[in-house]
Amino acid sequence: MLKTALSRRKALSIGAAAAALPLVHIRTAGAAGKLSVAFWDHWVPAGNDVMKKQVAAFADKHKVDVQADFITSVGNKNVLTLAAEAQAGTGHDVQTFPSWEVHNHADRLEPLDDVMKQLIAQYGAVSASASYLGQVKGRWMAVPSSSGSQNKPPCARISLMKNLAGIDLQAMYPAAAGGKPEEWTFDTFLKAAEACHKGGKPFGIGLGQTTDSVDFAGALFAAFGADIVTEKGDINLQTDAVHQVLEYAQKLVKFLPNDAVSYDDASNNRALISGQSALICNPPSAWAVALRDNPAIAEDCWTITMPKGPKGRMVPSLFYLWGIWNFSPNKSAARELIAFLSQRENVEERCTKVSGYDIPPFDSMLNFKVWEEVGPPVGTVYNYPIRPQHGAVPWVAMTPAPPEIAVQAYNQGTQSTMFAKLKSGQSIAQTIAWAQNELEGFIR
Amino acid sequence: MSHAAAVLSDPKPSLRAANRNSALRRFARRRSTIGFLLCLPLILLIAALVIYPAVYAIYLAMLNKRMTRFIGLDNFAFLFRRDTFKLVIFQSTLFAVTSVVLKALLGFILAHLMHNIPSRAQRIWRGLLLVPWVIPLALSCLGWWWLFDPAYSAFNWILAQFGIQPVAWLGKPWTARLCMIAVNVWYGTPFFLIMYLAALKSVPEQLYEAAAIDGAGALQKLRFVTLPMMRNIISITVLFSLIVTFADFDIVRLLTAGGPENTTHVFATYAFVSGIQSGDIPLGAAISLFMVPILGVAAYFVLRGVTQRTKEIGA
Repeated sequence: MLKTALSRRKALSIGAAAAALPLVHIRTAGAAGKLSVAFWDHWVPAGNDVMKKQVAAFADKHKVDVQADFITSVGNKNVLTLAAEAQAGTGHDVQTFPSWEVHNHADRLEPLDDVMKQLIAQYGAVSASASYLGQVKGRWMAVPSSSGSQNKPPCARISLMKNLAGIDLQAMYPAAAGGKPEEWTFDTFLKAAEACHKGGKPFGIGLGQTTDSVDFAGALFAAFGADIVTEKGDINLQTDAVHQVLEYAQKLVKFLPNDAVSYDDASNNRALISGQSALICNPPSAWAVALRDNPAIAEDCWTITMPKGPKGRMVPSLFYLWGIWNFSPNKSAARELIAFLSQRENVEERCTKVSGYDIPPFDSMLNFKVWEEVGPPVGTVYNYPIRPQHGAVPWVAMTPAPPEIAVQAYNQGTQSTMFAKLKSGQSIAQTIAWAQNELEGFIR
Repeated sequence: MSHAAAVLSDPKPSLRAANRNSALRRFARRRSTIGFLLCLPLILLIAALVIYPAVYAIYLAMLNKRMTRFIGLDNFAFLFRRDTFKLVIFQSTLFAVTSVVLKALLGFILAHLMHNIPSRAQRIWRGLLLVPWVIPLALSCLGWWWLFDPAYSAFNWILAQFGIQPVAWLGKPWTARLCMIAVNVWYGTPFFLIMYLAALKSVPEQLYEAAAIDGAGALQKLRFVTLPMMRNIISITVLFSLIVTFADFDIVRLLTAGGPENTTHVFATYAFVSGIQSGDIPLGAAISLFMVPILGVAAYFVLRGVTQRTKEIGA
């Protein structure tokens, strides 16, 4: 009876068909299977929750089993994980690469020109900084992400700037088009720094070797047109522009806190939140923490854009990018996940949940409502993204140096250390001589 | 027929097999074989966890930046041309040598003080003094970091009570260096204390009694009895601490991250910045291997001295 019901031949064919099912499933456009993704562990806890929600929606829609890990940048754990995975040739399918890491691991990454072509067709131009970081030899090796990407414009105290420096921040940079952005130059900045220093509330600008210090220094160099390494990789220290920026910095550093050289990325936040500083350069996280810990200070904060220098207005920026390892076994699903997370509605949802912290890489997305609505005071972060009226450009320190040189100068804080040397009393000539030796070491 | 031929050509196959078995059994019964087999798990562990990583690190240090080409000792030659690396050598040596000398000195004094207090009280003090060594270094460093922070520093608060201007503890090269050394001494002294206390307790009381009969004072007892009896433990402790202190990472990374102006970088932190953060793993490996030959030679001479003294005592 049993023999007639299920012959050996029939059982074999059913078995073969069953075994082939998952294979077929993986190869469909939906690209099922398993996918592991390492996201940046967001400073704002809600940032991880909304990301998990979006990943779950993708997994459900595409029938993919997605494992999402959130790796902190505290102690450079994310950078260590990247190095370990690149060495081992195994790990997550999709990884989050902070600024320079795409170039560091380019030979281990899957080109993503197809994904970027589709996204650019949908949303238009990508910010110049994100392009610089995401492209290697003209190919997109990673997709710029909004999650964790940030600008670091000045966040200043409305009352202190008005009383000590005579600057009305809200009139200069209102939470709408217009204002008087032309008044905000590095000369004004220097006068304000001096006034606030005299008033006992110095600007909390660091001269250390962590990103906040390095990003500010990079933007200041760029505002004076001082590229210390050219696009071709030549050292370019003996120029008028470099001398000008160092002469300016020599004046500025006198008005910075005594411990500015030992600042890390939390020192400036603490200086603002504790009420000791009139201005810092930071994303809205400092304001958000103040809102929790010292609401009176938060209500007195207003974000404006960077001052203008002789060669323009550069806003320190830091981007995170999503890349796929070339050893990933499920590249098609990884591509689809990245494309899904880069859709405007998803980017906006994440940005809103983190109170506007995330800066989208596409210029067309710089009009989310969240930056107008967040407060108190309402509009405090309106000028956090770069607005057309700012006439500013996002800037990654050490641009336009070739990335393999820039990454070393960036991570070892060459530009901010030059300012630190001026603060310790060294001359411009000594500072340039030191930088020359450092940069020669990076070019090998 | 073929079987018969085989038997004819090899008349005693079973005897040969039996001989082979007994030779194998004899080999297995030899003490050296048993010793080797018993040590094998440890040998494999050391090979996997010490020898392989060390050899791999040496191999990495001899590759170019992209890790595509063997370049011999070029990474080391390159480092010698870098001013910042020369500063790192100076800073690492200053940090390690000063810290170890201070730890040894303080540990020695504390061990003597401890040795001379009654045993019940000694237990309490011993426990208290071990606390810095027991707390995870990363946590205690964060505590020190708060103490040194210019805005919230407890030290500066005390200074302010006396009308003294706040000090940027981690903001000036020399104060930052001294802060690093102070934290390392605070953390490492209990190790010396416990080792020296154990050594002191093992010095026979009769030697002191004999010295006293010969008219020796406290200093003479220390010089002619205590120090010679503690020489081995002092040598080993100093060597061990020197190696660990040269490899220190946590204190510098957490307190200054190498700043200000690279003046507090030690080998480990500079290797991390160059190798991991700046994407030059071979250079990072070369930096971390830099002290190995020097420490290896120091270890050889120290351990040779210890062995000689042990033989002399045994004879």
